[in-house]
Order: sequence, then structure tokens, then C-alpha cells
Amino acid sequence: MPHADPKGVLTGVHFMDGDHAACEGAIAAGARFAAGYPITPSTEIVERFAARIPTVGGVFIQMEDELAASIAIAGAVWAGAKAFTVTSGPGFSLMMEHIGFAAMTETPCVFINVQRGGPSTGLPTLPAQADMMQARWGSHGDYEIIALCPNSPQECFDLAIRAFNLAEEFRVPVMFMMDEVVGHMTEKVVIPPAEQIQIYPRRHTRLPPGEYKPFEPGPDLVPDMVHAGEGYRFHVTGLTHDERGYPSMTVAAQDRLVKRLKAKITRAADRLACYETDGVEGADVVVVCYGITSRVALRAVHLARERGVKVGWLRLITVWPFPTKQLRALARQIKAFVVPELNLGQMVLEVERAAAGQAETISVPHAGGGVHDPEQILDAIMEVVR
Amino acid sequence: MNGGVGDPAELGPRPEAEIPPEACECAPENPVEQFLRTDRMPHIWCPGCGIGTTVNSFARALLEAKVDLDRVAVVSGIGCTGRVAGYVRLDSFHTTHGRAIPFATGLKLANPNLLVVVYSGDGDLFAIGGNHIIHAARRNLDIKVICVNNFVYGMTGGQVAPTTPVGATTTTTPYGCFEPAFNLPALMDAAGAVYVARWTSYHVRQLTRAMVDIFRKKGFCFIEVITPCPTLYQRKNRMGEGLDAMKYYKEKSKVRHGAPTSEVALTLDGDIIVGKFVDRERPEYMELMRSQLAAQLGDRYVEVEHLVCS
Repeated sequence: MPHADPKGVLTGVHFMDGDHAACEGAIAAGARFAAGYPITPSTEIVERFAARIPTVGGVFIQMEDELAASIAIAGAVWAGAKAFTVTSGPGFSLMMEHIGFAAMTETPCVFINVQRGGPSTGLPTLPAQADMMQARWGSHGDYEIIALCPNSPQECFDLAIRAFNLAEEFRVPVMFMMDEVVGHMTEKVVIPPAEQIQIYPRRHTRLPPGEYKPFEPGPDLVPDMVHAGEGYRFHVTGLTHDERGYPSMTVAAQDRLVKRLKAKITRAADRLACYETDGVEGADVVVVCYGITSRVALRAVHLARERGVKVGWLRLITVWPFPTKQLRALARQIKAFVVPELNLGQMVLEVERAAAGQAETISVPHAGGGVHDPEQILDAIMEVVR
Repeated sequence: MNGGVGDPAELGPRPEAEIPPEACECAPENPVEQFLRTDRMPHIWCPGCGIGTTVNSFARALLEAKVDLDRVAVVSGIGCTGRVAGYVRLDSFHTTHGRAIPFATGLKLANPNLLVVVYSGDGDLFAIGGNHIIHAARRNLDIKVICVNNFVYGMTGGQVAPTTPVGATTTTTPYGCFEPAFNLPALMDAAGAVYVARWTSYHVRQLTRAMVDIFRKKGFCFIEVITPCPTLYQRKNRMGEGLDAMKYYKEKSKVRHGAPTSEVALTLDGDIIVGKFVDRERPEYMELMRSQLAAQLGDRYVEVEHLVCS
């Protein structure tokens, strides 16, 4: 893979919050266009982009609402740019239609959601992880997305680059699921030299106009792209379409297209699976967690180990597609999964599905507005092994 | 896309015209044909519909303005006019309902070399998309908006639109529309469009001329084209066929270039004031952005024409 354009990379050691780090990650990844609408606690990302991008060579526009922002990025992508938008719960709700549009039209782009408490206006300044299912299922119809979940400012930088790379590789909208605490916590962030940052290039066709079909997939089920203005005279529609990109509203066309949109992601699920573990081998209980909750959970795991419990820690980094196969294998070796999250039980449903009765699955819900007390997670662990 | 109760929203493809092959062979090529995705014909538009007429003017205007077709991008929303993007042999995007303008905004800002034409209907642009069009006009974004106004939602079966005249019957105003309608030129004028015109599908030459004008003019340009919807609007209101609409447009249209846009509101059966109402100069969005950033950042400002990634 080629490396990042040095112009956008702030190589060095920084002390910055997760929002700013995510912005730097996006710029390092090659994002040169962002459209946004202000919403707490995500706004710092676009504020930084607005300040930085004119010195790198790109455009930020604050749109009139999130509906506009979420499709302006699609326009920019089809003109040739790498693009993203940034929001939080209420804005994310408004963006759902364009997540579906991006999935249907195979528009590579990144949606950053710095999660806050909901539903509705909820807790604008306080954390939650309650949009995890919305990220996967929020738009209508059958489709697949990829979702990543950072748990530190450093990871906001690193994973933002991965988010853009995956978006390009799979031509899919990637959900970057931060939370208010990760977004606003300030830590050391190391930005490597540009030549150490790998960038997945745009999958531009090598075929000339006339031979090229805009939605004819390659062996990995992903079609190559072209951009407006290059002479291809191509058509893109959110309607069910054939390989030429022409509307084709038949059962057969729907079957072929929607199954491919799903399969291009699910077939790569093993390669996309990404998680971090600690002490999972030989454990009786494994705490499955993500985002800020993973850091609170680690404290609970240490406390449980002090009490002699064999407890492992598994932090999801790629949340969607869910690593079902990997967790199912683990379920056969343990007694129970404990799943703390800042919602009333979302990803725990996936863990339970993966466990398929092989291991007990215990939810440790939190309605949001703060993080768990590690004692709450500890209690759940101790309850399981009693 | 679902049809209205009792009204065929989409009549489906018409049977192909039976023209003997020898007639095709000797017929001179239609100059507009090169602009169309002929492999997608027949189109879905009803007999007597005015949308195809506007596309004819559009194609002729592109020819007349000698536009490099490789740099034209057509963006449509959803609805009958939203299907224009699918029929023109150009880079074309059929987006979501109401969002053609913000899509076009991203397209234009990422590649300002493109001639970006938003081609959509009155419901798409002024109801669900109303917020976007006023902001694009305010910004004076360099996009060209062709709004085909047939006074109803055609694709879904003839429901009331923000342009439906008071007194008109639609499928969702079965006892007559009582909501005041938007005066589209006045709205666009107030929002800051640099070019505002109205024609009807009867005025094909004037419409073509207006399109040539906007292809050559920088900034946010707007043309309203009044067209008949014989299947839904005309029929429901006993206005006859497409041809009857042409007679009405011919008799009742009054050309008043430069008319104050506050005076051009439409009524159910009154005069149709047509013409070029606004043609003025305002700095365009990209120019404003670039001059501001260059003034503030000096040498630190990196101006990139086309944001194309590797």
C-alpha cells in the first residue's frame, strides 16, 4: 500500500483529546473534504478540520443540517475526494438515510459518531454507547457496514486511518463509534512519520469508458470506481441497479445486488475481526467490552484476579461485522461472558448469539451519563463464579 | 415509488412504437440522441408529460453552449423529474429524496471544474429539500438548478405539493387545496440566486436559451419550468390533456423580463408570468472561500482545485 501524504501528517508526540486525534487520523488518511453540522460532543473534530484543512489543501463546509452533511460527503467522494462527516446521536439519526445510500451506491466514506446519552436530545455532554445497534441497523433495508470502536485518543488517530482504508477497500460506509469520554479525554498521541502510515488507494478502474461497468464486482465482490468528469458518463442511483448502474427493479436484480452488498463484508469477516485480549486463555469468565467501558472493565478484571478469579478481558475493536466465529470458539472454553456497556444491553445480544448456549452471557447495563463503577462489573464477575 | 390509491402512479413502459426498420435507417439522426441513454428507452414518463420536453431543451442547450460534456454532472432527487439523471448520457447521480442539492454541493466543492446541474421536481426541491435550496442560493454555490414544476407529486400518485395552487384538487386534498403555495422565483430571489427565470414547456426556445444562459453564468442559477402532468394534475382538475396545457400556457403566459418576483405568483387558472426575472452578480461561494482563506492564511493557504485522492 502507498503511504500517507506527508502534508497532512503532524508527525510527533502530542497531548490531545480523542476528537482532535480522530481529526488528525482522518487528515493523515487522506480525507480532504468534510461536511458537518455542529453537535456536542463531536464538534471539536470539525472545528479542528476547519482550522487545519485550508493549510493542507481541502474543504470543510458546515451544512444546514445533518441530512445535507451526510450526502454532501457522498458528492465529494464521487468527485474524487476522501470524505467524512461527524456527529452525535440526534444527528446520527438524521444521517441514517445516507448511510443506506452510501451502502447501496458503494460510496466509500466515514461517519464519526461521538456517542452521547439518548434517546432524543438525551444527555448532550455526557457519554453513552447506545448507538451501537443503530450503527448496524439504522437505515432501512438489508445492508452491511463496518464499525470500529476506539478506546483512547491514540486509537482515535490510528483507527481513523483504518476506517478510511476499510471504506476504500470495501467501498462501504464505515462507522467510527467513539463516545463522549474517549472524545474528550486528553492523552499522549504519537503520530508516526507519513511513510509509516499505509493508505488504501481509491479502487479506480483501469478500464476505458465503454468497457467499464460501474457496478461489476471484482473477485472480492467489490466493483472499481470512477469519478465524475473523467468521461465515463456513468450513472449512480439509490434504486436497485444492475452492473451498468441502471435501475433494474426486478426480483432477480434485487437478489443479486443486495446479496452481494452483504457478502462482500461477511465473506471478509475473519479478516475484519479485530479485538484485543488479556488473560483469555484458561479463563472461566471473559469480560467483553469496547470503547471507554473497556478501560473501566480492565480495573474490574484486575480486582477479580486479586480475588483469585480466572477472568479474561476481550475488547472489541471491530464491532461490526461482529466476530461471531471467534467468540463462539471462546464460548466453548469458558463458563460465562460478562458484557458491560453504556446502554441497556445492545452488543450483549450479539455476544449471546455468538455464545449460542455454550456459555452464559451476563449483561451489565448502564443507562449512560457516566461510566460504570468498576465494582458493578466486579460484582457481575463474582456472581458468575459463585 | 408506491402508486396512489386508484391512480396509476407509474404507468410502466409503453409498448415500443412500431416503426418499420427501413424507416429508422433512412431517418436522419436526432441531434438530441447523443445526450440520451437510448438503451434505457422507453422512459417512464406519461404521454403529454412535460419533463421530456425540458430534457430536449437541456440537450439542445448543452449543444448550443458548446459545453464539454465530460465535465457535466447531472444530479437529481426523487420523483418523476428525478428520473432525468437516469436518462441523460452524462455523469449522473440519482440521489435521495430532497437531497440532490447537498450531494451537488459536495460534488462541486470537491471538483469545481464540473458543471453541476441539479435537475429535479418542485416537491423534491421545495418541500423535502426546501432547506437545502435556500442555503445553496444563500451561499451562491455555482450550481445550476432546473426545477420542473408540475404542481403535484407525480411519482406517488398526484398528492399536494408546496406549489399546488389554492383550489386545485389532488389525491391528498380531495376537497381542494387550501394551503398557500410557494412563489418559487420570489423565494429564490430572496435567498440570493443570481439568475432566476420561469418558462413553460410550451416555451422550448426560450427555455433552451435560458439554459444556455445559466451554463455560462457563474453562481447559483435557477429556472422554474411549468409543465403539465396530464395523468394526475390535469385530469383531477379537468384541465384536459397535455395539448390543452400547451394551449393554456400559450394563451395565459405573459413574458415580463425583469418582473419583480413578488408579482409572479401562480394561480389555478390565471396568467403565467414568464421571463428572466433576476440576472445579477454576486461573488460565488468558492471565490469567497478562497479570498477569505488567502487573506487570513497568506502563504499557509494551500489552494487545491480538484480534491482527487490517489
